[in-house]
Amino acid sequence: MEQEIDLDRLDETARRMVEALAPAEERMLKEARGVDGNYMLRVTRRQVIRGAAAIGGAAATGLVGGAAQADEKPKAPPGSVAYPVQGDPTKEQGRPAFQDGGYGTRSQFENEVRWRYPTATRLSTWTMTPLEKSQGIVTPSGLHFERHHGGIPNIDPATHELLIHGMVEKPMKLSIEDLKRYPPVSRFHFIECSGNTLTEWRKPTLKTVQGTHGLTSTSEWTGVPLSTVLSEVGVKQGAAWVLAEGRDAAVLTRSIPLAKCWKDAILAYAQNGEALRPEQGYPLRLLLPGFEGNTNVKWLRRLEVSDKPFMTHEETSKYTDLLSNGKARQFSFVMEAKSVITFPSGEMQLPGPGFYEITGLAWSGRGRVKRVEISTDGGKSWSLASLQEPVLPVCHTRFRFPWRWDGKAAILQSRCQDETGYVQPTIKQLIAVRGLGGGKFGSVYHLNGIQSWAIANDGSVKNVHYF
Amino acid sequence: MSIISKRIAKVVKCGAAFGLAVGLGAAYAQGGYDGGPYNIGKLATEADIARVNIDVMPDGRGLPPGSGDYATGKQVYAAKCAACHGDRLQGGKGTGGAALIGGRGSLASGKPKKTVESYWPYASTLFDYVRRAMPFNAPGSLSSDEIYAVSAYILGEGKIIGKDEVMNAASLARVKMPNRHGFVSDPRPDVFNYD
Repeated sequence: MEQEIDLDRLDETARRMVEALAPAEERMLKEARGVDGNYMLRVTRRQVIRGAAAIGGAAATGLVGGAAQADEKPKAPPGSVAYPVQGDPTKEQGRPAFQDGGYGTRSQFENEVRWRYPTATRLSTWTMTPLEKSQGIVTPSGLHFERHHGGIPNIDPATHELLIHGMVEKPMKLSIEDLKRYPPVSRFHFIECSGNTLTEWRKPTLKTVQGTHGLTSTSEWTGVPLSTVLSEVGVKQGAAWVLAEGRDAAVLTRSIPLAKCWKDAILAYAQNGEALRPEQGYPLRLLLPGFEGNTNVKWLRRLEVSDKPFMTHEETSKYTDLLSNGKARQFSFVMEAKSVITFPSGEMQLPGPGFYEITGLAWSGRGRVKRVEISTDGGKSWSLASLQEPVLPVCHTRFRFPWRWDGKAAILQSRCQDETGYVQPTIKQLIAVRGLGGGKFGSVYHLNGIQSWAIANDGSVKNVHYF
Repeated sequence: MSIISKRIAKVVKCGAAFGLAVGLGAAYAQGGYDGGPYNIGKLATEADIARVNIDVMPDGRGLPPGSGDYATGKQVYAAKCAACHGDRLQGGKGTGGAALIGGRGSLASGKPKKTVESYWPYASTLFDYVRRAMPFNAPGSLSSDEIYAVSAYILGEGKIIGKDEVMNAASLARVKMPNRHGFVSDPRPDVFNYD
């Protein structure tokens, strides 16, 4: 694949990514297949193998529980603790409560993890959510995608303050304790990086849905409506923009339209019922429902109200969309309606003809998902999928579609419509309007086109372009 | 006045009227803006703001005192920047350091090369970004004079300013970048499949 890419046509960053990206994904896939050669079923089979080993060990020594496991040290994937595996849990007591110190971990048999995009440095990089294994609409906090520009700062919340100043009547500083005294709101929202799917403009590049769509995640976010705090400080006449600044090594800044700050912005300090994860901005992040991920500034330390945008690095040099005519779109905030089938998806293997439930996620930065349609014939015909409740505004929505695979080649697609009536376009339609920006990947940001997965006669699933 | 009456009406309605009304009374007594109904947090002092108020705007707002020239900037660049961005500002393979010059006129060519010279619309962004985030291994460590100097060097190498031009708060704000008018606002939705 690398030979096909004309590296001279890429800018330096994209060139480095391409050189490392496909091989890195291939390594990941090999590891996954290494367990049993079958991506779709790997966890299940691993469980079976482990269970058998445990029973064997117990039988050989005549012991049960921990002692039986001495020769088979169970592995602990990230986020888990390796406890002794029991041969027959009905014949002995399980481990006592509180062995975890009061904070639980996932099962050692669950191994899905975020996948790091192979950028030059781990300090400025992104990791992707394993959507192919996702259930429901909420992303576990530990699997929420990441994008950092200067590493993950480790901040003592007792030292953290939010400063609000500029065109305000009363500049204020607020500690985390102060912020928690304001009446909070909790809302379920997705955050999607505008670079999600950026490799897929010209042709299918990454193989799994984690690679093609893993830069979107949903959490329940809790915090203070920014409008509450704006009322508190008093915004002066003529103000139109707010600079949001993070307390990381990038001291990342974005200019946000003041209207968005009044509308639904949240100063979020909690995620999925507990404090934000450090990778998600602990102890405070800005949440701008439906706006591109980069604007949801993490480790938020400062808001400066102004009359004009600040034209920061992140909104000029980056996060702008170069068109074929040489002009670039700027302040492309909203993440438009998008959907993807997460099962079956790239690199999975269907065991044989029969019943499968096609499922996936749909979302829109403009509001609720109104409908999702599924095609199993490459877009020739479409049928309505059912939407799983709750269907929330600016939130991942789970769709489901019963399907009987006849064992013949098929192209699976999903397309969604949001409550504004906007229908997810094909990649071809997007290219017709925006061009490819001259880059080999294309226009980089805001690719929300319809994703196609090809099912071959042998049940293997591949990322394809089909429109 | 109507805003204030509305606020009082809201306060009374929300049921915590007594405590909040006391807060409001205190604020009125000081004169000026009364603040919101909660009265939580501290007033920020000038010193609080100055400590973190590092942004620079296209019209030059926020630029600090100081100055720097091309020759000094060349030295700063060699010591602090070249390891990642290359000795000719060409970018460093494997380091993540972007190319800083070149590519002018390439944006519509089908082979776009985005650099400070070819793509960035404002010189203020260069100063602001170096000030907050560079050098990558010691962000925020350069003095204002050093940032002006390295800006003069990069802009000079990009032939955007002359190599004899000194950069300071006044001159940096006057720099006209080649791609100053290269940006348009977001017109989306741009595909219409409505039904």
